Amino acid sequence: MTAVASPEPIAAPRRSARWFGRGSTLRRLAAHRSFMLGLVLFAIVLVIGIGADWIAPGDPNKLGMRFRFKPPSEAFWFGTDNLGRDMFRRVVHGARLSLSIGFGVVLLNALFGVVLGAAAGYFHKLDGPLMRLADALMAFPAVLLAIGIAAVLGPSAMTAVIALSVVYIPRTARIVRASVLVVREMEYVQAAIALGASHWRILRRHVMPNCMAPLIVQLSFVFAYAVLSEAVLSFLGLGAPPTQPSWGILIAEGRTYIREATWITAIPGAAIAMTVLGLNLLGDGLRDVLDPRLKIQH
Amino acid sequence: MGRYALKRLVQAVPILFLVSLISFGIMQLIPGDPAIIIGGPNATPAELDLIRKNLGLDQPFHVQLWIYYSNLAQGDLGRSLLLGKPVLDSTLERLTPSVTISLYSLVITLFFGILFGVVAALRQNSWVDQVVSVIALIGVSLPNFWFGLMMMVLFSVHLGWLPTGGYVPMFDDFWGWFRSATMPAVSLALLQIGLLARITRSTMIEVLRQDYVRTARAKGLSEWMVIGKHAMANVAIPVVTVIGLIFSVLISGSVVIETIFSVPGIGSLLGNAILRRDYPMIQGGLLFVASALLVLNILVDLTYALFDPRVRYDGGR
Repeated sequence: MTAVASPEPIAAPRRSARWFGRGSTLRRLAAHRSFMLGLVLFAIVLVIGIGADWIAPGDPNKLGMRFRFKPPSEAFWFGTDNLGRDMFRRVVHGARLSLSIGFGVVLLNALFGVVLGAAAGYFHKLDGPLMRLADALMAFPAVLLAIGIAAVLGPSAMTAVIALSVVYIPRTARIVRASVLVVREMEYVQAAIALGASHWRILRRHVMPNCMAPLIVQLSFVFAYAVLSEAVLSFLGLGAPPTQPSWGILIAEGRTYIREATWITAIPGAAIAMTVLGLNLLGDGLRDVLDPRLKIQH
Repeated sequence: MGRYALKRLVQAVPILFLVSLISFGIMQLIPGDPAIIIGGPNATPAELDLIRKNLGLDQPFHVQLWIYYSNLAQGDLGRSLLLGKPVLDSTLERLTPSVTISLYSLVITLFFGILFGVVAALRQNSWVDQVVSVIALIGVSLPNFWFGLMMMVLFSVHLGWLPTGGYVPMFDDFWGWFRSATMPAVSLALLQIGLLARITRSTMIEVLRQDYVRTARAKGLSEWMVIGKHAMANVAIPVVTVIGLIFSVLISGSVVIETIFSVPGIGSLLGNAILRRDYPMIQGGLLFVASALLVLNILVDLTYALFDPRVRYDGGR
């Protein structure tokens, strides 16, 4: 995939990026309308996910056979499902699981993406083998490979995190590598080498701080993809077990009753859409402000 | 051109090798004894032995690897446990529905993606541009299988316009095919339309600033000619680049979409294999799809020359 395999070399960002004061990164982000909208959407989901036990107290799996298939009402904001379970409670608690899996994937991507990308970009000898491996992993359609890995590992939330990380780490590593390749040739890096600094010190002090912008942008998109793909995995029964209601599972369970009780399926899907929309807006804004030269990538 | 094609094919060999190695490696990830998982909890020890023998699980690792590659060399991707047929045969049998729906989806994607992108670029920063960017954003944010289900509720259950699922062969009954393929194709196209519209828009804005566009306008060409001929020819290049990516997303999406709309294609074949833990089918199917994509990407790269005469593959200047 040429579009993915060879991102444009990215020029090194300005070294003196300030975080506060007039014209600083934070000020420009605050002035970016869609970034702020994304931030608000994501913050809402985040607060709901963290505060699930306070917002919708009680067991999300609690049955209520007297209240089966109740459409959304004052008593049940999001209605109830085929077993009379409160959909509001289930959707709110689902936020926690979907976000946790997303966070897990982002963390693993940050860790391995940086280590592998920096190694490939900095050490010529490692570049070939690492990038061929990345090419091979990226030859598989992303979600399909995750489905395959998850199918083999057996369903669990951890499986979903691992499967999605394996799929997205090569893409993150490629982006890190592309910026490391450019930064490594900068004069200040040459100067550090001339001063006899160790590889570790050069990478940590001089190279990596200047490769952060594309990485942060990429991670926000990885989060969005992870939430979307996690729903696919759960829908296929490959994510968390049904006792832990993630949004994908709610959609899968509601599918059987979609004719009579559309809300069981519709609301969790809307929750996914809102989260992913927020993250995409966030990522677009970060890209505009931190790294305007970066084009749409995957 | 011929030499370039050959070079690309040769370069694909190590990747293909790694891809096959990854497919093999995925099977090694099965926790515990695969025979017990496949045979189920009630399998007798004799049955388990038979499963092990059939899958070559009783052999040491290097022998398994050797068997895997000598089978691959003969075009044998393994044998489906569920269907009792070679993986390659069952995949090829179900190729047509997937390919026709994918192509249909690609046509929808190209049409709307390019249309939206170009319109947005021509009316940059106007309300049209805003509307398009909102549509594109929503397109990349909605879960496509959920969108498919919602369409089903609207168009099949409430309006009764389209069937809820199934597949009618294209050459038997085109109208029937059109009715059955439309919702799956639209669900699959949703994400790509958003992606393509964004790429087309940014390329078009770039192209419109170029000197040759100004020249074309200056010599009095109609706006239609300027955009349709001079600008579009240059927008086509990045669009061709993402076709490989589009296909990759299409195939991923088809697992869920074909399952939802009960389309008897490769996607639902894999979906079923996953549900029933048909490991050889999963492994072989993944390898088949990845190899097909590799070949497709080479073809896409070769078509650059058609769209961009500046690209010379034979090294001549």
